[in-house]
Amino acid sequence: MSTLAGIVYLIATALFIFGVKNLSKVRTAQKGNQLAALGMLVAVVTTLVEYSGLDWTIVIAGLVVGGGIGGLYAKKVEMTGMPELVALFNGFGGLASVLVAMSDYWGRYLASPHSVSNSASGVPELGEMLSNEYGAAVWAVAVVLSILVGSVTFTGSLVAMGKLSGKIAGKPIILPGRHFILGGLFLVAIGASWFAGFGGMGSDAATGLIVLAAVAGIIGILAVLPIGGADMPVVVSLLNSYSGIAASMAGFVIGNALLITAGALVGAAGLILTMIMCKAMNRSLGNVLVGGFGDAEVSEDARDYTNVKSASPEEAAMVLEAATSVIFIPGYGMAVAQAQHVVKELGQVMEKMGAEVRYGIHPVAGRMPGHMNVLLAEADVPYEQLLELERINSDFKNTDVVVIIGANDVVNPEAIENPKSPIAGMPILMAHEAQTVLMIKRSLSPGYAGIKNPLFERDNTLMCFGDGKEFLVSVLEELKEL
Amino acid sequence: MLVLLLFVFVLAIFTGFELITKVPPTLHTPLMSGANAISGITIVGALICANAEFGTTAKTLGFLAIVFATINVVGGFMVTDRMLAMFASKKKKKKA
Repeated sequence: MSTLAGIVYLIATALFIFGVKNLSKVRTAQKGNQLAALGMLVAVVTTLVEYSGLDWTIVIAGLVVGGGIGGLYAKKVEMTGMPELVALFNGFGGLASVLVAMSDYWGRYLASPHSVSNSASGVPELGEMLSNEYGAAVWAVAVVLSILVGSVTFTGSLVAMGKLSGKIAGKPIILPGRHFILGGLFLVAIGASWFAGFGGMGSDAATGLIVLAAVAGIIGILAVLPIGGADMPVVVSLLNSYSGIAASMAGFVIGNALLITAGALVGAAGLILTMIMCKAMNRSLGNVLVGGFGDAEVSEDARDYTNVKSASPEEAAMVLEAATSVIFIPGYGMAVAQAQHVVKELGQVMEKMGAEVRYGIHPVAGRMPGHMNVLLAEADVPYEQLLELERINSDFKNTDVVVIIGANDVVNPEAIENPKSPIAGMPILMAHEAQTVLMIKRSLSPGYAGIKNPLFERDNTLMCFGDGKEFLVSVLEELKEL
Repeated sequence: MLVLLLFVFVLAIFTGFELITKVPPTLHTPLMSGANAISGITIVGALICANAEFGTTAKTLGFLAIVFATINVVGGFMVTDRMLAMFASKKKKKKA
């Protein structure tokens, strides 16, 4: 690689670092994303200029097809479909790393090991790398890890996407003896890796690599299936970290420092974000990954409610009219019903009537952290009305009305009152402390955690059955008539 | 060469850990999405695999790698921008 290209790669890395840094502050986030995108553009252009001997038909066709599909998806997706899309993109990133490692194996190594002529100048001579004992080992390990991690990322992300979009049941799917199955598969993966890499990476290593990719894919599926839908954000975040590691390993395969640094950055940052999300649910990462969460006391007592009071839109409107302070708590149900605009309108009407209006945002409400903020921002809710859990929780006892729109587990008092509950210890919004709780929900069905919510039958709770948007529209009409 | 690569690998991991210790929950989704787009850096590796001298198998794999990596990069940055544009428009309105 020429010195100039190396320096430009360094600039691209710096742009990624500044990009992530800026992405972590509200004021500079958009600029941060643009800086990172600029870094990527610089990296791609430099690569195309630096490496001669590329097959331009393939390069241009690949960029056009990929760019078209990616752009189309990004433009067309609804705000509610965002989490699934991030999962899908992430899976594709992992798959790309698998393909890079395989392509390098077939193209450079299998063609003529130890004496590879690299027409694409700038790629470190494979023969040179392999003639060094350590170099050969590192190359083999990197190929194996790219394929293993990338493949797990790919299938795991697809299952996560399926669970987020409801195409695969959100409930944990537990296979009998799954730990043994997973253990066995890992042994097969290790065997395949050994066969491929350490048996000298001969021509029959191809079989080993294909088996490895397939087995890793199955591992990805089996690892995510037993995890409940409510934990999918954590899973997507972790898989995001994996796809970074896979890219980094692909960097070792082709000897490219830019891939190594950028991949490692994402790998580390993704892991931290995953930890932050686990902390918000008061769970350990291990606990999430073992899965089966929420499976314990599901069906039998979930329908077991006795003292439920329900309210019509008219009654709800009367409660709201008398209120001087209101806190809205949005959840995934608001996203599904696309109710964010009506919620904001109701908030404005309440404000005009002199009430104090705020929004309580639980860190894991919705299907991704920040999901609710994104939706409410889309609806133009003033940013300063959105309050995080720690900042609003002490205010609930002085609040007249809490309106819960399609949230469930994040307001379940079981978390603090019943130490045996599967969600015991998870921080919740203390909605039950308010004078009146209006719970807008389709039915009494349990939330993603699959457990009973005693808030439904509290004396101060009024269940408002119906679609979040339709119900609120009726409430608005009633309010205007009052 | 190898030692240097391991060097940058480890340093980049430390940088990643330090970069993201303080992030408001509001930005978790955009950050995840943006970081995901950056992990599409594997596009550079994919481009290098479009080596004119590679055989058909390797080239086909390289082509597919470019397609999937590009989806990840282009889609990822665009979707992140869409999310963040909503926060940005809010600020402008506030100032006005």
